[in-house]
Amino acid sequence: MVFSEKHELIRKLARDFAETELTNAILDEIEETGQYPTELLDKMGKAGFFGIKTPKKYGGQGSDYLSYAIVLEELGRVSAVTDIWVSAPNSLGGGPLMLAGTEEQLEKYLKPIATGEKIMAFALTEPGAGSDAGGTVTTAVKDGDYYVLNGRKTFITTAPVADWSIIYAKTDRSQKGSRGISAFIVDMKLPGVSCGKAEHKMGIIGCPTSDIILEDVRVHKDDMLGEENRGFQNAMKTLDIGRIGVAATSIGVAQGAFDEAVKYAKERKQFGQRIAEFQAIRFMLADMATKLQAAKELTYRAAQLKDMNSPEAGAAASMAKYYASEACNEIAANAVQIHGGYGYIKEYKVERIYRDCRVFTIFEGTSQVQQIVISDNLLK
Amino acid sequence: MRIIVCAKQVPDTNEVKIDPVTGTLIREGVPSILNPDDANAIEAALELRDRYPGTTVSVISMGPPQALYMLRECLAMGADEAYLLSSRAFGGADTCATSTTLAAGVRKIGDYDIIFAGRQAIDGDTAQVGPQTAQRLGLPSVTYVSKIREIKEKTIIVERALEDGFEVIEINRPCMLTAVKELNTPRYMSIERIEEAYAKDITIWDENDVRLAPEDCGLKASPTQVFRSFTPPPKGAGEMLAGTISEMSAALVERLTAKHVI
Repeated sequence: MVFSEKHELIRKLARDFAETELTNAILDEIEETGQYPTELLDKMGKAGFFGIKTPKKYGGQGSDYLSYAIVLEELGRVSAVTDIWVSAPNSLGGGPLMLAGTEEQLEKYLKPIATGEKIMAFALTEPGAGSDAGGTVTTAVKDGDYYVLNGRKTFITTAPVADWSIIYAKTDRSQKGSRGISAFIVDMKLPGVSCGKAEHKMGIIGCPTSDIILEDVRVHKDDMLGEENRGFQNAMKTLDIGRIGVAATSIGVAQGAFDEAVKYAKERKQFGQRIAEFQAIRFMLADMATKLQAAKELTYRAAQLKDMNSPEAGAAASMAKYYASEACNEIAANAVQIHGGYGYIKEYKVERIYRDCRVFTIFEGTSQVQQIVISDNLLK
Repeated sequence: MRIIVCAKQVPDTNEVKIDPVTGTLIREGVPSILNPDDANAIEAALELRDRYPGTTVSVISMGPPQALYMLRECLAMGADEAYLLSSRAFGGADTCATSTTLAAGVRKIGDYDIIFAGRQAIDGDTAQVGPQTAQRLGLPSVTYVSKIREIKEKTIIVERALEDGFEVIEINRPCMLTAVKELNTPRYMSIERIEEAYAKDITIWDENDVRLAPEDCGLKASPTQVFRSFTPPPKGAGEMLAGTISEMSAALVERLTAKHVI
């Protein structure tokens, strides 16, 4: 794919930022403490990373999905967890609002998210409703001008630090499965809202994930997002588009792993020569580079189709997410393999990359869910 | 206040290789970047604009049409407007002709309070264009500016970096200041400003627009003659002396004497 000068400049911005700000010392510190520095978040907000495709009138940058993908790719090349902080407000946090928010809601909630002043979590998953999001059992019962919410959401990214969360809850229990679900914007400080302990995750250290527990939480009807009982469609549309983000993160992280593998193969000597001279290593690198390029093309295409509002954008995003996340895992695994024993040691970047990318084939729709989406599109 | 910044697009010398036969830069495939010192010059102008509302920051460059990309980057950092002096007639210019052309462009923009330039460009490393442009415009200049202390009604107080310290200089406005990297840390572009940079028009001027005769521009107005350019041969491996201190000292003196160093 050939990029416009404008998109090249956006890549330059993100690359300069990543190479200057995301130093090894800072990344090691994040890994050790589990804390992401707030100064870094402030700087990312100033560069416009939190509202890349959010319209200017709502505090965003007014750019497009391709820019969003490029920023995630370049930041992810250096730090996967940074991408989670960037994609959260752009995608799962801001997405549902942009799809269904009223003027007042956009003004009140989208603006501070796009500038990074506030954090919005996206709470769909429940202990018993993962890939089967229609299995939602959290309830919202109308009581005058309020809805009373009860239930438990699980694996919610940024929940412990969020100011608000979009909560999907069943408003009509007479409707089965994915029907009768509504979306609410819930202030995390409301009485009855609490968070579980931050999970100890394999990777993506530095962005907390926890449960959200709702006990008789009274949410005003003005904070219902979109139409009553139509919340599931809002969630699915958000995820449909959000997958471009995971694909973009995957190609960035894979590029980071690949770069390390090439560097190491050129340095490391065994049997009296650089291991890059061995055909076994060369063929591995050739396969990694080819798959990475294929993943990139799928990702850029999905972003461009979305920018053109193409009806094919959803399936293209699923293909990109499916292929890029799987390719990223394969590339990261091979990068560790090329590093041999050193790849298993925390001092080497590929160790972290290998753990970070494992979740890419799981969150925002597993690879198997993507296969369902892709095949549904083929056979409808 | 109007501030004009002179900027140059240069090959990224971190990526550049030298042709061992001709001794010239191999420019093919080398990315072009905003000259680093010029980024400090732009940042200095933008910081003044942040401090003094109503200030306009204009960027001017001389170069081929590809330099528009670098000017978009300057706009995306926050500059208000950009001008490119571009014409076949400007080709082959040395620092003398470049300064004449830049000065003509600055004159045409007009009504300026401060002109900033980078100390020097990483491709030529001459550090001549800033002061020469000031000379053409009849302006006082301070080179190696490492700090701007105060903007006064008619003067500016700056610090000028020296090898082992700095000078404090008060200079009349309008003036030319050339920036060193110690002056500041250039800000990042932002995505919004990149979008805006591509919505703006960049003014392109040729020699007629800035009222220069063709013989005053480019190669024809460049007295510099490059006699020969070469890469110094790499130094040979060093020699480690061994033995006691007095043995090594004696051996060292012997070698230095043999080479007529002492």
